[in-house]
Amino acid sequence: MTTNTTRDAATTAAGTGPVRAGGGTSVLLRDLTRAFGVTRALDGLSIEMAPGELVALLGPSGCGKTTALRIVAGFEIADTGSVLVDGKDISSVPAARRDMGMVFQSYSLFPNMSAQDNVAFGLRMRKIGTGGRRKRAGDLLDMVGLGPQAGQYPHQLSGGQQQRVALARALAIEPRVLLLDEPLSALDAKVRLQLREQIRTLQQRLGTTTLFVTHDQEEALSIADRVGVMSNGKLEQLAAPDELYTSPASAFVAEFVGVMNRVPGELRGGGMVTALGSTMPVRGHIPDETPVDVLVRPEDLTMQVVEHGNGIVTTRTFLGSVTRVGVQLDGDVAVQVDRPSAESAALAPGASVSVSLPGQPVLVATRRVS
Amino acid sequence: MGQATQAPGSRTDPGVAGPGPAAGPASRVTLALRWLRLVAGVVPFGIYVTLGLLLPMIAVAVGAFQNNDGGFTFSNVSAATHGIYLKGFWQSIILSLLTSVIPGILGLLIAYAIFTAKRGKVLRQVAITAAGVFANFGGVPLAFLFIATLGSSGLVSQWLTSLGFNPYDHGFTLYSLTGVVVVYLYFQIPLMVLVILPALEGLRPAWREAAENLGARTWEYWRYVGGPVLLPSFLGCVLLLFGSALSAYATTEALTNGTIPLTAIQIGSFLNGNVIAGQENIGKALGLGMVVIIAIAMIVYVVMQRRAARWLR
Ligand SMILES: Nc1ncnc2c1ncn2[C@@H]1O[C@H](COP(=O)(O)OP(=O)(O)OP(=O)(O)O)[C@@H](O)[C@H]1O
Ligand SMILES: [Mg+2]
Repeated sequence: MTTNTTRDAATTAAGTGPVRAGGGTSVLLRDLTRAFGVTRALDGLSIEMAPGELVALLGPSGCGKTTALRIVAGFEIADTGSVLVDGKDISSVPAARRDMGMVFQSYSLFPNMSAQDNVAFGLRMRKIGTGGRRKRAGDLLDMVGLGPQAGQYPHQLSGGQQQRVALARALAIEPRVLLLDEPLSALDAKVRLQLREQIRTLQQRLGTTTLFVTHDQEEALSIADRVGVMSNGKLEQLAAPDELYTSPASAFVAEFVGVMNRVPGELRGGGMVTALGSTMPVRGHIPDETPVDVLVRPEDLTMQVVEHGNGIVTTRTFLGSVTRVGVQLDGDVAVQVDRPSAESAALAPGASVSVSLPGQPVLVATRRVS
Repeated sequence: MGQATQAPGSRTDPGVAGPGPAAGPASRVTLALRWLRLVAGVVPFGIYVTLGLLLPMIAVAVGAFQNNDGGFTFSNVSAATHGIYLKGFWQSIILSLLTSVIPGILGLLIAYAIFTAKRGKVLRQVAITAAGVFANFGGVPLAFLFIATLGSSGLVSQWLTSLGFNPYDHGFTLYSLTGVVVVYLYFQIPLMVLVILPALEGLRPAWREAAENLGARTWEYWRYVGGPVLLPSFLGCVLLLFGSALSAYATTEALTNGTIPLTAIQIGSFLNGNVIAGQENIGKALGLGMVVIIAIAMIVYVVMQRRAARWLR
C-alpha cells in the first residue's frame, strides 16, 4: 500500500515538487536582547531578511546564534526587541501557531513514528485527512530522496537520512520561514556536503525564507545569499559571502572568515599606517590602543626571492592552482603568502624572500598579547 | 585468556576474526574462544537464576503434586483453588492490581513534577532521596507507623474526629483491604517515582519542541509522542509494582494479624508450621499459584509491551 502510493508520487513529484505560490515572506529581527543571568546571549541583534532569502548566521560558540533562532521560532522570549514576519510583530504568537519549520541539530525525529508519519505529523496537527497526508509526506520524502525508506523508524535510518527526514518534516507544513540550527554538524564531511547542496536546491526551488545557523564558515559562505557574522550577541556584519571576504567590516570578521595574517604596524597621523616598509591608508575603525597589527590576506601580500630579504621560507603547501608559503619574517612574525603554483618552484624552505604590502587600504587591529 | 588469544594461526583478535579461509584447526580454536567469550558473560547470572529461581520453582511445583508420603495427588491443588485459599488468590490479585496501577499513575505524575522542577535542583535531589527511603520502608515499622497515625486511636484519626469526621464511623478501617491498599501506596508510589524517572529523563526536549513547532498543543504532544514513547517503560514499571505488591508480606501480616486472606500471608502460616497435619503441601500448591499469577502477568506485559514498542524493533 504505502510503497505503491510513494512510488506513484515519485513519478509525479520528480523534478517539480510542490512550488510555493507567491513571493515568500520577509523577516525582521529588530534590536533583540536576551540575558541569561549575567550572560548577555543577545545584545541588540538586528537582521533584515528579504523574501526567499537564505541568511546564514555564523559565529563562534556561545555568541547567541541558537538563542536568536529560538526567539524567532517562539521557544525563547526576547527581553526587548521584536520579530516581524511580513511586517507583523509575532511576539505574542505561540510557537505552535507560527508556521515556522525548524530542523534541529540532531535526534529530533519522533522515535515512535516511521519516517512517513514523522513527515506527516505537522499535517495531522493541521487536521489534513489521511490520504492527503500520505500523499504529501510521500512527495516530500521523494524530494529528499528517501521514498523507499518511508516505512522505517528513525533508529533504522542513518544520521544523514534522519536529518533529511527532519528537513522534509519541516517543509511539509509549507512553513513561512525555515529555521535550521546546525542541521549538519553531527554528520560526516561527505554527507554534510551533499545535504548542504540539497538544502540549498530545495530552498531555492520553494523560495522559503531561511535562517541557517552554523559555526562552520565554509558551510555559511557556500550556502547563503548573505552571511551574518555574530560575536557576543551582536551582528558584526551582514553581507554577501564575497563581500564578507574581500571587505570585512571589522577585524573580528576579517579574522573569523578565511585566513588572515597579522603584521606589526605603526600608526601615523592622518589615518595612515606603516608596515613592512610601506605606508598606506587605514580602512575602517582606527584602534585607540597601540601597538597595532595590520591585517592582510595571504593573496594580498607580495613576495620576491632575494638575497638578504626580510624573511625565510619555512613551509610550502600545494593547494592546487595556488601554493601557500609560510614565511618567518624578521622580528619573529610568521605569515602565509599565496603564490601561483606555477611560480613557486624557487620558494623551497630555507629560501630568503622579501615580503611587502601592496599599499592598498588595510584593516588595523590592536595587537594581541600572547 | 590473554595468552590464548595469541594461539598459533589466529593472527587477528578472535573477537573480530571472520570465518575466512583460515586453516581448519586454527579457526575452530577461534570459534571456540568466541563462543566461550559469549557464554562467559552470562554464566554468573545463569548460576544465580538456576539456584535462586529455577530449582526452588521446580521443588515447589513437584511438592504441590505430592502427598505426605511422596505419592502423586491433586488434593493440594484442589484445596488451594477452593474456599479461603481461592479467596486469598482473588484478594491478592485485586490488591496487587490496585496497588500497581494507582501508584503507577500517581507515581508517574509525581515523577513528572520532579522532572520539570527545573529551578529547584536541590529540591529535586531531596525528593529523589526521600523516594528512595520511603520505597524501602516497610514491614513491622511501617505497619506501626500507620497504626499510630491512621489506626482507630491514631493521631490523624483523632485529629479528624476532633474536626467532626471520624473515619471509622464512615466505613474506613486500617485493618481491612482498603487499609492495606493505603499502606501499600506508601511505598509503591515512591518506588514508581524511582523507576519511572529515568524513562522521563529519556524524553528529549527536542521532541517536545519539534512537536510544538509543527503545531501540536501540549496534550497532542503527550498523545502522539510523549505517551507512546513512555508507554513501554511505564508498563514495565507497573509490572514491577505488581510483583512487589503480590509478594509484600510483613507489613500486611503485622497490620491485620492474618485476618485478611492474602496468598502471601497464607503461605507464611504454612512456613510457620501452624497447619493441620497432612496439609503441609497445600503451601507449595499456593506457591505454585503465585508463580502462575506472575507468569500470566508477565505474558500480559510482554504482549502489551510488544504492541507498545513496535517502533523499537
Ligand atoms: N537556557 C539557557 N540558560 C542559561 N544560559 C543560556 C541558555 N541558553 C543559552 N545560554 C547562554 O547564552 C549564550 C549564547 O548561547 P547560544 O546557545 O545562543 O550560543 P550559540 O551561538 O548557539 O553557540 P553554539 O555554537 O555553541 O551552539 C551562551 O553563553 C550560553 O551559555
Ligand atoms: Mg547553538
